[in-house]
Amino acid sequence: MALTGLDIYKQLPKTNCGECGVPTCLAFAMKLAAGGASLDACPHVTEEAKNALSAASAPPMRGVTIGTGNGAVKVGEELVLFRHEKTFFNAPGFALLVDDMMDEGEAIAKVEALNITKWERVGQILTANLVAVKNASGDAAKFASFVTKVQATTDMPLILMADSAESMEKALEVAGASKPLIYTATEGNADAFAELAKKYSAPLAVRAASLEALGELTTKLDAAGVKDLVLDPGTRTLKETFESLVYLRRAALKKKLRPYGYPTITIPAEETDDDMMEAVHAAVYVAKYGGLIVMRDLSPEKAYPLFVLRQNIYTDPQRPMQVEQGFYPVNSPDENSPVMVTTNFSLTYFIVSSEVEGSKQPAWLGVVDVEGLSVLTAWAAGKFVPERIAAFVKKSGIEEKVKHREVVIPGYVAQLSGELEDELGDWKVTVGPREAGDLATFLKSYQPVNA
Amino acid sequence: MAFQAPIEQYSGKIREVTIGTGDNKVVAGGQNILTFYDFEGTMPHRPLIAMEVYDVEPQDWATALKDTLGSVWGDPVAWAKKCQDDFGADLICLQLISTDPNGADKSVDEAVETVKAVLGAISIPLIVYGSGNADKDSEVLKKVAEAAQGQNIVIGTAVEDNYKSVAAAAMGFNQVVSGETPIDVNMAKQLNILMTNLGLPAEQILIDPAVGALGYGLEYAYSVIERDRLAALQQNDAMMQMPIIANMGREVWKTKEAKISREEAPEWGDPTRRGILWETITAVSLLMAGTDILIMRHPESVNLVKKTFAEFGLN
Repeated sequence: MALTGLDIYKQLPKTNCGECGVPTCLAFAMKLAAGGASLDACPHVTEEAKNALSAASAPPMRGVTIGTGNGAVKVGEELVLFRHEKTFFNAPGFALLVDDMMDEGEAIAKVEALNITKWERVGQILTANLVAVKNASGDAAKFASFVTKVQATTDMPLILMADSAESMEKALEVAGASKPLIYTATEGNADAFAELAKKYSAPLAVRAASLEALGELTTKLDAAGVKDLVLDPGTRTLKETFESLVYLRRAALKKKLRPYGYPTITIPAEETDDDMMEAVHAAVYVAKYGGLIVMRDLSPEKAYPLFVLRQNIYTDPQRPMQVEQGFYPVNSPDENSPVMVTTNFSLTYFIVSSEVEGSKQPAWLGVVDVEGLSVLTAWAAGKFVPERIAAFVKKSGIEEKVKHREVVIPGYVAQLSGELEDELGDWKVTVGPREAGDLATFLKSYQPVNA
Repeated sequence: MAFQAPIEQYSGKIREVTIGTGDNKVVAGGQNILTFYDFEGTMPHRPLIAMEVYDVEPQDWATALKDTLGSVWGDPVAWAKKCQDDFGADLICLQLISTDPNGADKSVDEAVETVKAVLGAISIPLIVYGSGNADKDSEVLKKVAEAAQGQNIVIGTAVEDNYKSVAAAAMGFNQVVSGETPIDVNMAKQLNILMTNLGLPAEQILIDPAVGALGYGLEYAYSVIERDRLAALQQNDAMMQMPIIANMGREVWKTKEAKISREEAPEWGDPTRRGILWETITAVSLLMAGTDILIMRHPESVNLVKKTFAEFGLN
């Protein structure tokens, strides 16, 4: 069990020096107990106390990194059960599964396709994260040769999936330096796999027949010095996996049970033969509480909605997503097309841009940086105001892109039009509809004058 | 070390709301758990799927929809029957979009005729949504409630500007009301309090939180629904214990991700599967958050959500 704030306080210097950034030792102890601080922040704590407190000062769920460099994937370190309580931190890593019994050319082609399965949305890159390489043949040499080829095809970190220590050892000789996830240690092979994980300083996935056995295994591995673990509850149905994920998250965060304080791996690829249902399983685990998600099929029409879901769920509820300030061309606008402005709250932008797109009318959609607020909120907060809009229009370069001088503002801020015209000088301001839903109708009959 | 399953027990329970009558009625709610958490409580009724029927022929809808529904467009009765007989809808949601005064502005009488015709043709329960114009909806829904007396349908949506007349119609003719507020926990609760204060029984109210689609504000809807549900279960808040209904089909299918062709967006892959998944993943996320009734559009998305229920052991 985790220590209480008072238990921790007893081990601290009690000097209230404040060097940790918290005014008193007691307050620092309380913060440690809540998982909100690290003991390293205290420069005066004794080694003895450090050892005693290491369990309590670690986050309730360990962060585990797979791979090296820019493409490395970090999962874990989650602090809440529901995203509105704070936020979900480390978005799940999506992995594509290939195995050494597949036609090799086909497998490599799938990995190549995955390399370019990538989109930008609201300033973030949505992409797959890992390749899971499975030793389906059971043959160690064949596996190592396949891993070599996959590794040569992608920069993404690997998940090496093999049951035998011999296969794993051969594969690690090839790929061990790039810190792949070793999958999986079970009761039968735990000692050998623990040695391999230590030798390569690579993270280790653990699987057992029950959550109880899983906890025993992680306790044993932790004692053996393997700290970076990933949990596979061993279930292979949607219902059972979901139940296990809920139990594991609660055990780690609410019960503070260290044997369960690790991120999870889920394998929809092994749970269903139906490609569409595979996406449903993945969606469930994005929402609750998958760390890694291994898929057989990540074709674009499946990957895109899943990655967007991941982006939605892992957005910080306290910090709305923002679109970069600028003019966005919609439906290939030209020098005679309407010029419109709205705010950079991502939801506002998405709704407005999709309505304009749906209208099939070309337009220049200007997005003003108002720190991610919607039109009315930004106006009320004094951020969507004539000075700021005018400065944006003037500096945006739109005057070189269009021949006319007419800008459309949202109907909800009609009252700005006079002052905005004063600020803009030679521009005329037209008031558009209040609701985005009416933009299509508006654009059908609207043309800027002097165009 | 023995592993003790860390289960949660809640003091609250979602209210049961019955829609329809006799052998054909359905019940939403009744659970004392978060959706799919049946390892720690009970969910006597699985979430329900209402399939959308429009009272006018849709324009510019996705090819994926046209391929499977196009043959019945323009004929709400045939469309409703197809959803009932071929696609296994639990309910029909008739969207009276043509009554919109800013659109086709069809009369109240025409709307009532459509409702009667659909009611006469189907045996599953009916939800009737207006165009979203508060004033017109209050006229339309009043007459719809009257025409459907004895059928125990859902009328909606009641909003801040018309809840008095919509709730009065529901009380007068014994129907259920779907009350809509813009993705906000407190506003949803406030509308429930106002409607129950008028005398509308809490068992005749659904919460419509005005959800957004995947990629278009889903995260707001997700967290608001989750908070609604936790208030109902953890805090036993009687004014948050109504089942939640999500009018999501229309939100999904107006996104470009659900509808544009492969030629326009080759990097997004197969357009049919993409649209179906956009709707399915939106639906599954809203279910996980706590939605009890989904209003959906594509039959294959409906099928996938039903498979999801089956895999969770909810039949």
